[in-house]
Amino acid sequence: MKLKRRDFLKGALAGGLLCGAAPGVAGAESVRKDLPPKAVGILYDSTLCIGCKVCVHACKQANNMPAEVQGPEPYWDNPLDLSAKTLNVIKRYGFEGGKDAAEGFAFIKRHCMHCIDPACVSACPASALLKNQENGVVSYNKDACIGCRYCQIACPYNIPKFEWDSPFPEIVKCQLCSHLLAKGGISACCASCPTGASLFGPVQKLREEAARRLRMKPGEYYDFPVAAIDSGESQQHRAAAYVQHVYGERELGGTQVLYLAGVAFDKLGLPDLPEDSYVALADGIQYAIYKGMVYPIVVLGGLIYIIKNRQEKKE
Amino acid sequence: MHAKEPLGTKVLTKPFFFWAAIALIGLFFVGKRFVYGIGAVSNMNDGFPWGIWIAYDVVVGTALACAGYSIALIVYVFNRGEYSPLVRPALMTSMFGYTLAGVSVIFDIGRYWQAYNIFLPWFSNLHSVMFEVALCIGTYILVLWMEFAPAILEKVKAERLKAKLNRVIFVFIALGVLLPTMHQSSLGTMMLMAGHKLSPLWWTAFLPLLFLITAVVIGYAAVIFESLLSSVVFKRPLEMHLLSRISAIIPWLLGFYLLVRIEDVNLRGHLSLAFSGGLKANMFLLENLLLLAALLILAYPNNRRNPRLLFLSSLALLLGGSLYRFNTYIIGFDPGTGWRYFPSVPELFITFGIVAAEVVAYLWFVKRLPVLPRLEGPAKA
Ligand code: SF4
Ligand code: SF4
Ligand code: SF4
Repeated sequence: MKLKRRDFLKGALAGGLLCGAAPGVAGAESVRKDLPPKAVGILYDSTLCIGCKVCVHACKQANNMPAEVQGPEPYWDNPLDLSAKTLNVIKRYGFEGGKDAAEGFAFIKRHCMHCIDPACVSACPASALLKNQENGVVSYNKDACIGCRYCQIACPYNIPKFEWDSPFPEIVKCQLCSHLLAKGGISACCASCPTGASLFGPVQKLREEAARRLRMKPGEYYDFPVAAIDSGESQQHRAAAYVQHVYGERELGGTQVLYLAGVAFDKLGLPDLPEDSYVALADGIQYAIYKGMVYPIVVLGGLIYIIKNRQEKKE
Repeated sequence: MHAKEPLGTKVLTKPFFFWAAIALIGLFFVGKRFVYGIGAVSNMNDGFPWGIWIAYDVVVGTALACAGYSIALIVYVFNRGEYSPLVRPALMTSMFGYTLAGVSVIFDIGRYWQAYNIFLPWFSNLHSVMFEVALCIGTYILVLWMEFAPAILEKVKAERLKAKLNRVIFVFIALGVLLPTMHQSSLGTMMLMAGHKLSPLWWTAFLPLLFLITAVVIGYAAVIFESLLSSVVFKRPLEMHLLSRISAIIPWLLGFYLLVRIEDVNLRGHLSLAFSGGLKANMFLLENLLLLAALLILAYPNNRRNPRLLFLSSLALLLGGSLYRFNTYIIGFDPGTGWRYFPSVPELFITFGIVAAEVVAYLWFVKRLPVLPRLEGPAKA
C-alpha cells in the first residue's frame, strides 16, 4: 500500500481527461518548505542504541510524565508504545522466528519527528499546534486546543496522543524539551543517552553527520559524538553496516528528527513515504478553490442575484 | 407558493414514546461521557481517533441532511418552481440533520468548553480544512433555521416578522446553496491529509469532488425516501409525479460519479486491490455495487414511475453513498500500528439517541407546523 507521487499525478491526469476543471488538478504543484534557520533536531542511530531506556526515563522526569505500568509486575514504568503518558519510547525489533543472537535485532526510538511541513500544524483548526519559526520545534498549546483530534488523523507517524480517560483531556506529544532548550540546554533523551545513539544538534549538522556515517566502512572504529553534536565529547565504536538511507531527510518534505539503522526502516515501524507532503497537496486544493475567498464570494453574489430576480418575477 | 399545513394529528403516539425512550438512553451515556471522559463510553483510541460519532453523525449525517441543499439547487438555481412543495419538508430534515450533527460534534470534541476558540481570529487557522468545515457547517445551521423560520412564524402568527424575513430570505437561500457546496466537498478534502493511512481505494485527490457528488445524490435520494415513507406512514397520497421527475437527474450524476470513482482507482493502478478479498475490498465493491444498482434501476423511465422500484433505488443510493463516506473515514483507514476499532455499545447508543431525537422532532414538527403541502379535498387522515 505505497502511495507515490506518480500515483497522484496519474490520478490528476485521469481527472483532467474526465472533467476539464477537476479540483484535483490544482494540487499537482506542491511547494516544498525550507528548514527553519536555526532548526534543531535529533539524530537517532539504531545501530548504537543498547536499549537501556535511560532516555525514556529521562524524558518522563524532564516532562513530569507519570509511569506507565504494563505487564505482570506493577513496579516498573514499562510503556509498550507512545501514549498520553509516554512521549518517547524505545521498541525492539527481532527477526521473525530467528534467535536474536544469531540474526541480530534492532532498537527504535519513537517520538515526534518535528516535521518540516507538519501535517498536525496544518490540520489543527485552532492553531493549538505551532511550528517555531526559528528552531522548528512543533509545540502544543492546550488553551487553544478544542480536542477535535484531527492532528491524530493527520500525523503520518501517529505521534499525537489523546487523554481518553480524562473529562478535561489534552493532546500529548514530544515538544523537544522546549523548556530545556529555552534555558540553553538540550533535550533530556539526548543529554542522558550513554552511547550517543540519541544525538542532539542543528539539523544541518546532523545531516552531515549522518552522511559521514553512511560513508564509514563497516567494522572499522570511528569517533561518534555523544549527547550533542558540538558537545566535544565522543566515543569510539565500530561502524555498523548501515542501510544506505537517512530516514527523515526527504520523507514528506523532511523531518528534523533523523534516523539511521542497520535494518530496513519499514520493519522498524517507519513507513515508506513519498517526498511531497500530503499537506502540500491538501493546501494546493484548498488554495485553488478558496484563494482569498474570491470564488466563494463571486458565486454567492451570483446566487443572490439569480434568486432575488426570480423571486421578484414571481411576485 | 403552495399552501402548507400541519397534519394536526395526535403527537404522543406509541412510536413517539419509543423514539423518545431511545433518545433518553443516549442522553444517559452522554452524561457519562461528560463526567468520565470519552474513553469511558467509546472505543475510540489513539489509532482510530475518529469513530462513528464523526463518521456517521457528521460525515454521513450531514449528507443525509443534504435534502434541503439538493432541492434548493433545482428549485432556485435551475428555476424549477414545480418542485417547491418538496422544499419545506426537505429543509426541515436538513435542519434537524445538521443541528444534531453540530450537537454530536460537541459530544465528540475533547475540549468542548473552548470550542469557540476556532472562531477567535488569533486562534483560527485559515489553512486548516477542519476550520473551513466548522465555519461553514456552523453558519449553515443558522441559515437552515432562518430558511425554516417562516414555517414557525406562520404557526405563531407573527405575520409582520414573517413579511420582514421574506424580504431578505433570498440571502439565506443563496447561502444555503453555497455553504453545503463548500463544506460537503471539504469533508472529502479532510481525509486527504490521512495520506498513506487511508487505503488507495479511497485516498485520491478527487476526494472533494466525490464527496460533493455523493452529497447531492444522497440529498435527492433522501427527498424521495422521506416523501414516500411519510406518505405511507401518514396515509397521504404519493407525490409520484414530482418524485419520478426528480429521480431522472440521478442517473446522470451517478454515472459521472462511478466513472470518476472507478477510473481513478484504475488509473492509479489499484483496481486489483478491490478483488483481493478482505473487509476493505468487499466494502469497496459493496459501496459501488449499491450505487450501480440504483443507477441501473433509475436509468429506465418506467422504473422511475414505479413507487416500489423508486423506493428501493433510493434506499440503495442512501446505503451506497453513506457507505462510501463511512468507508473513507473508518473502514479504509488504517494507522498501521495494529490498532483496531469497533464502536462500543454506549457509543452506539449515543448515535442511536441522536437519530431518535431527529425522529421525535420530525414527528412533532410535521404534526404541529405547516410543513407538508395542504391536500386538496377532505383527504386528511
Ligand atoms: S511527527 Fe506528527 S506530531 Fe510531530 S510534527 Fe510531524 S505531523 Fe506533527
Ligand atoms: S485536537 Fe487540539 S491540537 Fe489536535 S487538531 Fe484538534 S484542536 Fe488542534
Ligand atoms: S538512552 Fe540511548 S542507548 Fe539507551 S535506549 Fe535511549 S537511545 Fe538507546
